[in-house]
Amino acid sequence: MTTIPQGAHAVRDQSAAATETTADDADPKLPPPVVYLDERFGVAKGFGLFKKVFPDHWSFLLGEIAMYSLIICLITGTFLTFWFVPSMGHVIYDGSFVPLKGVGMSEAYASTLDISFDIKGGLLIRQLHHWAALLFIVGIALHVARVFFTGAFRKPRELNWVIGTVLSLLACVEGFAGYSLPDDLLSGTGIRAMNGFMSSAPVIGTYMTFFVFGGEFPGESIIPRLYIAHVLLIPAILVGLFAVHIFLVFWHKHTQYPGPGRTNTNVVGFPLLPVYTAKAGGFFFIVFGITALISALVTINPVWAYGPYDPGQVTAGSQPDFYMWFSDGALRLLPGWLEFELWGFTWSFNIFLGSLLLLPLVWTILGVYPFIEQWITGDKREHHLLDRPRNAPVRTAVGAAAISMYLVLAIATINDIIAIKLHLSINDITVALRVLFFVLPVIVFMVVKRLCLSLQRADRETVLHGTESGRIMRTPEGRFYEVHEELNEFDRWHLVQHEAQRPLSLTAGPDTDEYGVDRPVGPLESLRRKLSDFYFKDRIEPVTPSELAAAHHHGEAEALPGGTAQAIEESVDRADETAGLRSDDRH
Amino acid sequence: MSDDQIAVHEPHAKPTTYVEPGPADRFENPGLPPHRPRRADVDDAAAKRAERQVTTLFGLSILGTLGFIVAYFLVDPNLRASILVIGHVNLYHVILGLTMAISLLGIGLGAVHWAKTLMPDTEIVEERHLQASDQEARDEAAGILSQGYRSAQLHRRPMLLLTAGGALGLFALPMALQVAGGLGPLPGDTLNHTVWRKGMKLLIDPSGTPLTPEMVTQGSVIHVLPEGFAGESSHGEDGPSALEIMEVKATASVLLVRLNPELIQSQKQRDWSVDGIVAYSKICTHVGCPVALYERQTHHLLCPCHQSTFDMTNDCEVIFGPAKRPLPQLPITVEDGYLVAADGFAEPVGPSFWERGE
Ligand code: HEM
Ligand code: FES
Repeated sequence: MTTIPQGAHAVRDQSAAATETTADDADPKLPPPVVYLDERFGVAKGFGLFKKVFPDHWSFLLGEIAMYSLIICLITGTFLTFWFVPSMGHVIYDGSFVPLKGVGMSEAYASTLDISFDIKGGLLIRQLHHWAALLFIVGIALHVARVFFTGAFRKPRELNWVIGTVLSLLACVEGFAGYSLPDDLLSGTGIRAMNGFMSSAPVIGTYMTFFVFGGEFPGESIIPRLYIAHVLLIPAILVGLFAVHIFLVFWHKHTQYPGPGRTNTNVVGFPLLPVYTAKAGGFFFIVFGITALISALVTINPVWAYGPYDPGQVTAGSQPDFYMWFSDGALRLLPGWLEFELWGFTWSFNIFLGSLLLLPLVWTILGVYPFIEQWITGDKREHHLLDRPRNAPVRTAVGAAAISMYLVLAIATINDIIAIKLHLSINDITVALRVLFFVLPVIVFMVVKRLCLSLQRADRETVLHGTESGRIMRTPEGRFYEVHEELNEFDRWHLVQHEAQRPLSLTAGPDTDEYGVDRPVGPLESLRRKLSDFYFKDRIEPVTPSELAAAHHHGEAEALPGGTAQAIEESVDRADETAGLRSDDRH
Repeated sequence: MSDDQIAVHEPHAKPTTYVEPGPADRFENPGLPPHRPRRADVDDAAAKRAERQVTTLFGLSILGTLGFIVAYFLVDPNLRASILVIGHVNLYHVILGLTMAISLLGIGLGAVHWAKTLMPDTEIVEERHLQASDQEARDEAAGILSQGYRSAQLHRRPMLLLTAGGALGLFALPMALQVAGGLGPLPGDTLNHTVWRKGMKLLIDPSGTPLTPEMVTQGSVIHVLPEGFAGESSHGEDGPSALEIMEVKATASVLLVRLNPELIQSQKQRDWSVDGIVAYSKICTHVGCPVALYERQTHHLLCPCHQSTFDMTNDCEVIFGPAKRPLPQLPITVEDGYLVAADGFAEPVGPSFWERGE
């Protein structure tokens, strides 16, 4: 796990003696400002914090990307408030963007044009803000995936997972609100659609739209209201929850990947001062720098090209920002017959399902997942070591299937573009996507689960028979084979450290009592058993020392040059046996 | 916290307390692998080189910052140029962005390189304690809680708890009521009507020219607003406000098309038309985007938002897409040679809403 920096191969195996830094500052003193603060707040007592250890792994940077983009959004967003005018009041544009001179528009749109053309560097801030917002949401999505696929949400971190899901929902809402502020034709169309979503809600829909829009669409209230939500309400909640989120990471101490020397009761990594500070602090500047680079070179949301919002106009190929694609896509896939009249009222499930219901539904499922998994496994222990995704095949497959559903919906958002580009009928594409939405997750589930199991089997192979050394040997009989090198104990540990979870039907005893009579199991418990079987019936146990010893015994010939070919073949057969899939219903 | 830390230098240090659950026949955690020094740890020249790389990156950052400041003042903000691949750009913006990126990336890359080459890379082991408190601490906490509960006399006077709970549960209602109540007017039946009335002229959007039947040629689609809301007539002293115009555009926009009268299938559609000229609401019955695309050959109207497609020859029934209801038709007739509304819309226009069936 130790990282070996560039060019260091030459010294790999030299003694470590020279590496220790000598304590040349034998009698360190606190700098006066710290003494000053210590006299008032006792800060010196807290300096132990700087020695706190953080494990290092590239996938831990994904959450950092989200954190840093949030900070960039906060900084650049505050700048934008100095010039942006959140008003739908009507003005005639008279700025320096010639094509729109003399056109009537809202003050919001006019001030966005001013930021883009008349305030020096204003365009850069706008671009930074928008790109950082997108990076924020990408960072969150990848971070959630990392946490999910490694099982980092398990006890004691379930509640922090819930906080995380709320954060990700707020991020999308915040992004949508911000995107709507400039009041250009594209974002205005988005608000128009939002108005339609709200009115589709049973019973309260019409009231909801009138209360949110302050009357009939479009009214004059929606931009000021979205503005205060965007710059105050949501950021306040976002920052507050984020503070709790990151505090809990400190409190629980970061999870770590399994590896030699890493256990469930320690943290192995680098101390906050200086290594982690330099790495994490440096990474902030890298994220900021890359955001600046993209903002300089790739224009996002050129509102001047869309023109001001006009409810009677629309641009072809209207799509929201990518994180809302799945919702827009769902609206395109839901068939019209889901709307009907009943008892004199209109039930628009074709709209309601894909908009108002979809978001809370997706995020609720996300939020309760840890509790469901815990209920199924019955595992109440604390987990601080991460799972390798392959070692939790069903969880990994469920996650992949969910992502595939999300992608189908997201792709549906560009069904018109696909139709044009590929010269296909939009009807066919839509029908195909409707089918895919149900079929693809099943296929993805099966494929990913198989893949995980194969990877686990390959791990077993490697432990039992070592890695290929690249050396080809020839037996006295003239047959060739490749010498396999046995893993050292450190490399082996990665592949054998995990536990294969067993289904409840094995661990909780038989369903019949000692007289063979069915033990009464409630419907809930029976569901739980079924789910547990679904999760853990097919599993591959890690190699045990005795298995390895047995493999050695049989495979002697393989390790020794000059052994007989028969022995090799025999050992291969035997490996197939031991590595066989354990599926409890096969016995 | 320092007590928690053990720096593990010797390669085969076994973890102190951890016992792996599960069957006995398992491998044992071998402990941290031996530390391998980096080149800069053992080779002074390499360390020097690493230092030079880091200082160069920091120096680059300073140059980037200075470059930004110089460019901010000296470059013409309207400087435009064509850049390969990227196309036509505002060069001022690009220069500011690039110098800022250099200033930031220099710091970031420098710091990370510094950490990777020159700062210690020996991993530290910190003990981790289970989250749950031990029984003693829990008992003490229970004692504190119970003592508080009893000294407030809650165990003897349950009405205190009930009423206090009730009061606390309700006190926020006035606040909630105020804010919710003040947000907007009640909808009433606003959504059931548009401004269209019998006799209102059909004006071309945006010029405001009134239409005669001859102006509507076969194969063209004309965007129409009601009299008083387009062109000159909407600007005067007592004309509608900008807000009213927006609301009218969002509800009363109409598309006018001349069809071959033989194509028209329903009697109602023919009755409400003038020589094959039909007027339909432009507001999509799905979520309200303007239905802006007209296919001349098929006489289909297409909504660009989610591709709902309406068949004009069949009373604008939905033939594809997520919308359910046809676009409402505006009955038209001719008065003094001009096209006018014969009546308002017979049903609510635009997206569905709960009460629309009433
Ligand atoms: C994580 C949080 C945030 C996200 C995801 C976000 C997202 C966005 C987006 C996508 C836009 C549209 C930008 C455009 O292309 O014009 C926007 C605009 C804006 N945001 Fe934010 N924002 C965030 C935080 C903030 C904060 C904290 C503030 C202020 C304190 C702020 C102030 C503004 C303003 C004033 C605008 C309108 C100006 C304009 O559009 O040019 N934002 N935001
Ligand atoms: S708004 Fe027209 S199809 Fe959705």
